[in-house]
Amino acid sequence: MSDATSDPNKIEAPTPDDPLAQAKALDNVDDRGRMLAADGTPLKRQLAKSLRIQKIRALALIAPLLLFVLLTFIAPIADMLFRSVENEIVSETLPRTVEALADWDYDSGESPGDEVYAALYDDLFLAQERKEHTRLGTRLNYELTGVSSLFRRSGRGVDDIGELYQDQFEDLNELWEEERTWAELMGSDEWLAAQEAWDEESGEPLPDFQLREGMPTLLPETSRQMLTFAEFIRTEDNESPLEEEPWTRVWAALYTDLTNKDVSGYSGPHTDLLQEASAAVGDFETTPIKQAFLDMDEDWGDPEVWGTIQAFSPDYTSGYFLNAVDMQKTPDGAAMRDEDERIYGLLFKRTMFMSLVITFSCILLGYPVAYLLATLPMRSANLLMILVLLPFWTSLLVRTSAWKVMLQSQGVINDVLVWLGLVGDANRLVMINNQFGTIVAMTHILLPFMILPMYSVMSTIPPSYVRAAKSLGATNVTAFRRVYFPQSVPGIGAGSILVFILSIGYYITPEIVGGTTGTFISNRIAYHISSSLNWGLAAALGTILLAVVLILYWAYDKIVGIDNVKLGG
Amino acid sequence: MGTTADSDAFVAFERVQKSYDGETLVVKDLNLAMPKGEFLTMLGPSGSGKTTCLMMLAGFETATHGEIKLDGKPINNIPPHKRGIGMVFQNYALFPHMTVAENLSFPLEVRGMAKAEREKKVKRALEMVQMGHFGGRRPAQLSGGQQQRIALARALVFEAELVLMDEPLGALDKQLREHMQFEIKRIANDLGITVVYVTHDQTEALTMSDRVAVFDDGRIQQLAPPDELYEAPQNSFVAQFIGENNTLEGVIEEIGGNRCTVKLDSGEVIDANPINVTQKGDRTRVSIRPERVEFNPDLGTTAHTLEATVREFIYMGDVFRTRLSVAGNDEFIVKTRNRADQKRLSPGETVKIGWLPEDCRALDAT
Repeated sequence: MSDATSDPNKIEAPTPDDPLAQAKALDNVDDRGRMLAADGTPLKRQLAKSLRIQKIRALALIAPLLLFVLLTFIAPIADMLFRSVENEIVSETLPRTVEALADWDYDSGESPGDEVYAALYDDLFLAQERKEHTRLGTRLNYELTGVSSLFRRSGRGVDDIGELYQDQFEDLNELWEEERTWAELMGSDEWLAAQEAWDEESGEPLPDFQLREGMPTLLPETSRQMLTFAEFIRTEDNESPLEEEPWTRVWAALYTDLTNKDVSGYSGPHTDLLQEASAAVGDFETTPIKQAFLDMDEDWGDPEVWGTIQAFSPDYTSGYFLNAVDMQKTPDGAAMRDEDERIYGLLFKRTMFMSLVITFSCILLGYPVAYLLATLPMRSANLLMILVLLPFWTSLLVRTSAWKVMLQSQGVINDVLVWLGLVGDANRLVMINNQFGTIVAMTHILLPFMILPMYSVMSTIPPSYVRAAKSLGATNVTAFRRVYFPQSVPGIGAGSILVFILSIGYYITPEIVGGTTGTFISNRIAYHISSSLNWGLAAALGTILLAVVLILYWAYDKIVGIDNVKLGG
Repeated sequence: MGTTADSDAFVAFERVQKSYDGETLVVKDLNLAMPKGEFLTMLGPSGSGKTTCLMMLAGFETATHGEIKLDGKPINNIPPHKRGIGMVFQNYALFPHMTVAENLSFPLEVRGMAKAEREKKVKRALEMVQMGHFGGRRPAQLSGGQQQRIALARALVFEAELVLMDEPLGALDKQLREHMQFEIKRIANDLGITVVYVTHDQTEALTMSDRVAVFDDGRIQQLAPPDELYEAPQNSFVAQFIGENNTLEGVIEEIGGNRCTVKLDSGEVIDANPINVTQKGDRTRVSIRPERVEFNPDLGTTAHTLEATVREFIYMGDVFRTRLSVAGNDEFIVKTRNRADQKRLSPGETVKIGWLPEDCRALDAT
């Protein structure tokens, strides 16, 4: 009886004759107040563990849909939101200009200084080699008319600046006309050797261009331009600098360097040539860079142009959004557009108004149908339901075109009215290609979306409520007004949200029957996406539309309460 | 039953028929007269026509034939809202979008009553059903029993003289149901209103009603006070439907006065009380209540005794329930009170049983 196992004090588990202690241990809480499971681990963790498998399985089941929605729905919306503010094209195409322009003050009313034009020369030259200057011109043309042609013209003229110097250098010495001269002058010996050895047939990549030692200090500007040129033709055109005449930009750079630098210390290849040129440049005909641009197009002296470039130089811009609300981002800040250029405000208002009219028409026409569906005996209700769903089995285009046939001036309705003598043959009603046509066709098309939620709510209202109201003394009208209708309101709410949101972004029907006065904002968005290619503006309009819908949804939630919206039982 | 209504009856059905499809009658030739202040229950299995009768009275169904009179005036062509009949529905039908007080106020509002008076009446009605503090709640916030009280109060608040109740306690649990039975009965008595109550629960019918109309197959099978209904059922349907009942089948041997002799199919001959058998040779179904049967009887010379074999003995606390095999019937039940000297039988035992001939009713065999 002396060993530990038989000592009753050493028994750690609750003794069988102490069930109370056992029970106490079961609903124990730890020192942090958490419930503990039977084995002493926190109950919450235990629960999470036991549910984990279930959760993983559920997640695996929804994963395909989640992925699909993310890829095809969330991502495009995010991209659209991004596009509506994205504006990297200016700073990417004209990086040096944007930098140089930062110090310039638009309010001075003066065109910027020479260093800005010099930067523009660099940027524009490269951009036109890459054929990107027209794209930028198109982008800036949204903001200031005429910029597009300015950039196109300048793209063609920017070569002239350097050509002036090229011609004079070539007149000076015929050696300048040979492509090799440049390569031997600027390129290092190793590169030259490698380039000479390179065989096009071999399929090997062209060797990297290397500057001759000392060149960057001797002819800094020329070195930079030569490097850019060599790199460009190597990567873009797969050409060797040995066989290509340098860009005119390089000639202009050589002129600048030779006027500023002393090259007497140079002793590489073509030393004589360079010395000769250095001595001659003083007599060269020259045009200051700013003047050269003004000669190309006098708009380059216009502070408006520079102001616009400056205003749109950041990577992100509010310009598209301002455009979308009939405003304009000018160098002075945001300003309203001219009265006759404002269209988006009108379109937004019209879209709202017509969507509201369509929603109300749908309520008026759909409520009785939903009521019948909910109250008729099963057999007749099923037949009616098929009639309600029938439009879904017909193509949207067919239904819309059918309305065109019905409503046009030589259409069915007009013919009948004329035949009845209600309308004179000369005064046929104009019912299509206007707001009326759009409202009629869209009410018809969206009606099922109103009826179905209303029906599903109404079918949950037991007939005993109306009976109770009648037995309490209410007439049919009162029973409907006080008892039935209030209970069907959630269905109206659900249907209205559905129809309103659908109609606010509707495109096909207004496009076909809307004419000019019956089109929606969505038609304008489609125009910018597919015709004017101003995707940023289209994205901004779409974003505003999305915001309007969200705000309306929020307002509806505040006023009616989204909990009151029911799509069924 | 079967007579046309008295002219001074408060509610009267006169030869009323109802058919939904023009082929079958749901209600066949209904005649019923209720004096003012009566609590009448329509009892019957589902599909027996009792709810249809109620709906015709309320005005939600029209009678195919016959006349329904309220206070002497025909009401067939009066729409429901002009009948002034209070009604309590099976699922209460409290308007979910109104508070309790608004629900109660509704019948007063549609009658154009002034606000002050309305509030007074609503308050009084709520107090009557002991729900005085619940006026501001929504029906969904109340329990089933509370909703039931509100539905009752709403049917009474506009002082209807006739209140119809369509299985109002069906959704409540047993205890609450029993409590509400007394509550409804008390309120009906206090207000002196006439109540037509529909149920398929016979206990409810027996405990609450002044008279019970047992419906089956579109007809009233028997219209009688509860005790009469239980003790003197007029036909075998009522005997079967109300309470527990033992039946033995046989043929009338002799008949005369209030005695007849029945030769059971198993050969035994017993005395019985003829109810709706008329002549010798008729087939009959003899009915005896389980609590009227005694073991090893000492009932005098008039009683017959039969041999029985015990099949099952069930202890139920206050009573013992013994299932026996008697004259070819294996489902013969005997209930005995749990007394100290009561013998507990065990299966397989044979025992003698007997009863008074008056308790043994010879009814129609259908």
